[in-house]
Amino acid sequence: MQFDSFSAFIDMGGYGFYVWLSYGVAAALLITLLFSSISGHQKTIKNIAQRKLREDKLRQVRKQKQEKQLKSNISEEVTE
Amino acid sequence: MWKWLHPYANPEVSYHFAGKIIPWLSALAALFLSIGLIWALAFAPADYQQGDSFRIFYIHVPAASLSMGIYFGMAIAAFTSLVWQFKLSDASAAAMAPVGATFTAIALFTGAAWGKPMWGTWWIWDARLTSELILLFLYLGVMALHSAFEDKNLAGKAAGILTLVGVINLPIIKYSVEWWNTLHQGSTVSKLGKPSMSVDMLWPFLFSFLGFIFLVSVIICIRFRSEILARNSIRPWVRTLVSQHTTQEKTNAV
Repeated sequence: MQFDSFSAFIDMGGYGFYVWLSYGVAAALLITLLFSSISGHQKTIKNIAQRKLREDKLRQVRKQKQEKQLKSNISEEVTE
Repeated sequence: MWKWLHPYANPEVSYHFAGKIIPWLSALAALFLSIGLIWALAFAPADYQQGDSFRIFYIHVPAASLSMGIYFGMAIAAFTSLVWQFKLSDASAAAMAPVGATFTAIALFTGAAWGKPMWGTWWIWDARLTSELILLFLYLGVMALHSAFEDKNLAGKAAGILTLVGVINLPIIKYSVEWWNTLHQGSTVSKLGKPSMSVDMLWPFLFSFLGFIFLVSVIICIRFRSEILARNSIRPWVRTLVSQHTTQEKTNAV
């Protein structure tokens, strides 16, 4: 241990402000980057899931329309 | 000889490989960073000239050399993507850019906080500092180009060209302290031959440097995975993976 007491450790031989500022800002930036990367991954997954849901719905609607048309065509033929 | 690498050209294989190594890399990063930084802050000796302000060295130098190392990696990825049209390397280059930008910012900031007590100024337009600032702008430009195009292949091409042009900045940063008269001191660790550093300062440095390397790998793996998903979003394997993820979340919520 290079320091006699905890207050000497915080003081850093008079350079405490600069040393702790450097370590603090570096830690803050890295933690922000880490967590934004993790949340970005979740967001990517959610976006793809949403797009998939929308496409599935569109496909379903299209199918229903086609079926309806087929049915109406058939009924028209029958009435004729 | 290099055939074992071929399966990793498949995005799905690469995605799962990156996912598998993340926990191991995180554990190594936590281990090495905690040992290295506690050693650096409390147990390493103070410098005979700079006193305890020297402790900034243990994050400043790893951050600065990683800012250049990541850029070099990004340039290799950009080159392989431009020459061989290898799509995964675009994804890896896009994953590396924000990490490199963060480390450049850390190097600049810790340098300023170290310069204030030692040189008497936060900032000076000297060759080393200015070229490192240009590196930050190059990173920001690459990130902007990656997100500027809807078509990711086009974005990768544009960002790749900027990356390769910017490589010229790396030797300028590296040799700026030798080519020009600057306030910034010459290199201590990476001198050819023996590093001019005492052993009880070198060890904590090596530990924290390794720790930062592992941390960088973790973050790049996380971002690489997101880039792969975003670029392959219409592939069936991504679709099944995403739907599995959403059902899992639903069961967790219940």
